[in-house]
Amino acid sequence: MFELGVKVAFSLAQIGVVFGIVLLTVMFLTLAERKVIAWMQDRMGPMEVGPYGILQPIADGLKLFFKEDIVPAGANRFLFSLAPILALVPALIGFAVIPFGPNLTVELFGIQFKPFVISDVNIGILYILAFTSIGAYGIILGGWASNSKYSLLGGLRAAAQVISYELNVGLAIVGVLLLAGSLSLVKITEAQAGGFWHWYIFAFPFPQIFAFVVYVISAVAETNRVPFDLPEAESELVAGFFTEYSGMRFAFFFIAEYANMILVSCIAAALFLGGWNAPYPGTLIGHLGFPHFAWIEQVVWFAAKVYCFLFLFFWLRATLPRLRYDQLMRFGWKVMLPIALGNILVTSIAAYLFPKS
Amino acid sequence: MATLFFFYFAGIIVLTSILVVALRNPIYSALSLLIMFFHVAGLYVTLRAEFLAAVQVIVYAGAILVLYLFVVMLLNVKREDRYHPQFLLGTLLGLTLLTEGLLLVFRGTVPEQPASVPAATGATQAGSSVLPLVGNTETIGEVLFSTYLYPFEIASLILLVAMIGAIVLAKKDIGGREA
Repeated sequence: MFELGVKVAFSLAQIGVVFGIVLLTVMFLTLAERKVIAWMQDRMGPMEVGPYGILQPIADGLKLFFKEDIVPAGANRFLFSLAPILALVPALIGFAVIPFGPNLTVELFGIQFKPFVISDVNIGILYILAFTSIGAYGIILGGWASNSKYSLLGGLRAAAQVISYELNVGLAIVGVLLLAGSLSLVKITEAQAGGFWHWYIFAFPFPQIFAFVVYVISAVAETNRVPFDLPEAESELVAGFFTEYSGMRFAFFFIAEYANMILVSCIAAALFLGGWNAPYPGTLIGHLGFPHFAWIEQVVWFAAKVYCFLFLFFWLRATLPRLRYDQLMRFGWKVMLPIALGNILVTSIAAYLFPKS
Repeated sequence: MATLFFFYFAGIIVLTSILVVALRNPIYSALSLLIMFFHVAGLYVTLRAEFLAAVQVIVYAGAILVLYLFVVMLLNVKREDRYHPQFLLGTLLGLTLLTEGLLLVFRGTVPEQPASVPAATGATQAGSSVLPLVGNTETIGEVLFSTYLYPFEIASLILLVAMIGAIVLAKKDIGGREA
């Protein structure tokens, strides 16, 4: 009984820490995005709140918190309130299977814990795919329940887009799964240890570079970011599916979008870029003779990869114009899908010819 | 504990399935179908078929039901349009199925339980000694491509035919206009 209690307490603590870090990162990202885009456009970005505007996210959060909560006339009250929750929960729940650091076991009171992995489900990646697909319901229902034509159009666009690009995300991942021979994110990351030439983006027998490109593009599309932000295209649809939302409900959609970006980046880092593994064999701290502290370096590597990927999102937003809707669909089905399928074919032949020793 | 979970999942599945047909608003019907899919997935988890559970959620909840919702919203189905003359045929079919089900239950000739059931009900000797050694996913893959190869191939053929049929139906209009 004591053992169970300690385990539950430890798991809850882990969940709390991950939750906190994700939400802090979301806060940081809202500022970082505005700053990065401002610098790319030769502006200053937010400068008013705090030194260099670093307190801007707190001001924004407070503002959203105290805004009036408006439910439009004729809206479906129940679904209107449910939609933001349906969007946010799947985005946060996916972090449960992300390996943030090495698969260490720590012993405390004679009970073993894994501090950097909340749970190592042996279908980890499918679990994430399952829950990201649920996130679409929040957007669709939000669009429908608002009783506004802009919202409805945004929601419908989102539905079509998410279905189309989710398929490509799933197929792009298959190549990695074929090489790793596992669906567990921990096992996949462990298989990439020992230098950047073992990362699946470069790995023998068939580098997953095409799959990586397909994954990145589909991930951007799935998180409804520029240049694929048609569900919320402000020049056509006001704000798309969350046109009618205000206050904390709007904030929920906002947080969900950024949490999804982080989740997608974490998956990219774990599957293609070696997760917590450094680009050289072993770790520097380990080579210097402190193998007990090697986890610090590994966690830093994981975070660095995730942040590089997040920077890419901002970079794309500052660089590319929005696609037209038919271009989006044609690109997804006629360009990305064949590439992803071809990659699966070639990878399976390569994996068959050079089986893992 | 396992039985408790089973009854919870089974109860919610029955309840939400009834709601799918009984509710007047098609959107609410779709939502209760979503809840049902999740509980079916939960049932798979209690049977230690995690792979099946994940695929259930990805395919049915993540893709098919989103399409349903898409169509329902696009057509904006009115609440009254839902009871057609098919209602009679449906009742007939439903009654037949119900009697069949009841007969099966009361005569006790339910087909042999699948191998993974003993593991779920807590008996550790039968199924679970095999399951953890090879992952659930590997087992499914192996069985699908050896024991059940023919059904698998036939199912994929049927799906292919359906896909081609859908494309032909969709393209017929475009071709006719051009000719």
